[in-house]
Amino acid sequence: MARSFSPKIVTANALIEGDVIYLSADDTWTRDLQFADVITDEADADVRLISAASQTSVAVGVYLADIEIHPDGLKTKHFREEFRKLGPSNYFHGKQAG
Amino acid sequence: MYKYNDFDAAFVAERNKQFRAQVERRISGALSEDEFKPLRLMNGLYLQLHAYMLRVAVPYGTLNSGQMHQLANIAQRWDKGYGHFTTRQNIQFNWPQLPDVPDILDALAEVEMHAIKTSGNTVRNVTADHLSGAAADELEDPRPYAELIRQWSTDHPEFQFLPRKFKIAVSGSAHDRAVIRAHDIGLRLVEKNGDTGFEVIVGGGLGRTPMIGKILRAFLPKADLLPYIEATISVWNLLGRRDNKYKSRIKITVHEHGIDEISKLVESRFKELRPSFNGADQSLFDHIKPAFAAPAYKQHSTELFEQNYSNDPVFRAWVDTNVTAHQNAEYGIATISLKAHGQTPGDASAEQMHLIADLAKRYGHDEIRISHEQNIVLPHVHKSDLPAVHASLKTAQLATANIGLISDIIACPGMDYCALATARSIPIAQQIATRFDELKLEHDIGELKLKISGCINACGHHHVGHIGILGLDRAGVENYQITLGGDATETAAIGQRTGPGFSADDLLPALERLIAAYLDLRSEPKETFLQTYRRLGATPFKAALYPERAVRANAA
Repeated sequence: MARSFSPKIVTANALIEGDVIYLSADDTWTRDLQFADVITDEADADVRLISAASQTSVAVGVYLADIEIHPDGLKTKHFREEFRKLGPSNYFHGKQAG
Repeated sequence: MYKYNDFDAAFVAERNKQFRAQVERRISGALSEDEFKPLRLMNGLYLQLHAYMLRVAVPYGTLNSGQMHQLANIAQRWDKGYGHFTTRQNIQFNWPQLPDVPDILDALAEVEMHAIKTSGNTVRNVTADHLSGAAADELEDPRPYAELIRQWSTDHPEFQFLPRKFKIAVSGSAHDRAVIRAHDIGLRLVEKNGDTGFEVIVGGGLGRTPMIGKILRAFLPKADLLPYIEATISVWNLLGRRDNKYKSRIKITVHEHGIDEISKLVESRFKELRPSFNGADQSLFDHIKPAFAAPAYKQHSTELFEQNYSNDPVFRAWVDTNVTAHQNAEYGIATISLKAHGQTPGDASAEQMHLIADLAKRYGHDEIRISHEQNIVLPHVHKSDLPAVHASLKTAQLATANIGLISDIIACPGMDYCALATARSIPIAQQIATRFDELKLEHDIGELKLKISGCINACGHHHVGHIGILGLDRAGVENYQITLGGDATETAAIGQRTGPGFSADDLLPALERLIAAYLDLRSEPKETFLQTYRRLGATPFKAALYPERAVRANAA
């Protein structure tokens, strides 16, 4: 039986703005986690990561992050990803400020 | 204050021009990120969790009003209206966009500032006692030596690819306010037989392997300063480990080889190097030194100060807590707290920076200092001007009377900003300060250094906090370890871990129990937390932190 693979997204920071971006299904980047492409297959994850990392004029520091699929949308698994999704907790800055 | 000469100005302008071209090539795709990263780091540009971060050097923590105004302008124009002052006397802008950074660097150059030496494996921005040139207990202002080291080390060809970063701190007083024992090299001006020289300390550092520095030379003649530091760094440059970044700092080299062996190697290398220093460094120093002369102090009655001190209890509390004795008895050193209860430690809004700059210009001989404790200092304020300074600070949430108290917390940016962090620091600091303000206990508690780091790299100096807090990621949950008994001064010590960490929710009640135990245990109100800890040891404090364990132990 294949080893279980927890769902993942590809994420990075934007080269120009430096903010958090997520890879969408068409290999473009979105700033909204809900539009991120969820990868459920390990082999697919490797290919998507390599392809995303090749977009060096857009994205910096590309990596895979664990994600949870809930009926009301995608949820980050680790608190670090939650902070990246929202912004800092001391000011209403970053993504939470829209 | 030191003014750039033509060489300095041309050097910074040339570097900025190079970086502008490098940014253009990165954006055009001509440079990959792997190629660009070391170039941007050489210019203080990091990529953090939510954005780029530009770390700007404030050499030996000294600024004038024009520079502070320009930092505020940068915060307003290219950032989100504030800056964060760090434990290395730098300022960080948390939200610049890549294409704007060359313009920011040019704006800094207009006021003789830059972001060089704030990153990379090189000799970093030299830090100094933030009360330098003003403190009553000072032997000599150490900043001219810091400036000499800055000029000598900037782009020093031998030291561009060191095993790791290298941090130097200088102090001119016996009382150490610059944490010199936790630096790669710590320098302290000392007197011997009527001569002034340096005590040279090596191999201190915090991070994952905290170490207190050891004395490498008890007395170094001042004229030997640069060849001796060069000898020390060159010995480490060869011996230092490049196979493991966690073992690469000089503290590990000193630990692995022993101070006697290192001393022998340094002295031998020093003998070789010393003749090549033909006096050019001393002429340069003679040129630098007058720039740090004391200001022309005014003479004026201090009656207004005394009246206000007697009649205004809020002013009196601020003076008692935030004003330090000056070399000139008619003057005071005013520390402006960037730790208003509930605010982010070390943050100043652009409006606050402008106000501080105006106060420095009007009342402070145009001098400002940044402290490693993340506060701002007006080093020279005539006592008769202190009431006006205080009244003005009150209008901008800058008059908090808490210097050296439990809410004067050092906190790194933690996981709210930092890509390396394992947990948040800022909200923890905010909660602690707010809670002890509510309890109205902090003046009763007295001197207490609480320091928080959001990861093992210890930017928040938790190892040398009387109470240290280290934020970690334990199985996907933020968890906070407490250390006790650390000390950043001349009696430096590394705090000892008390036991298992606390969740974010359990941390504050644990600290309240700890402080209640201290108030109960101290022999008299004057005995500080650290003194009580040293007298009694960790046991009664651990019992307060972990009451359920104490109960189990008693039952056994």
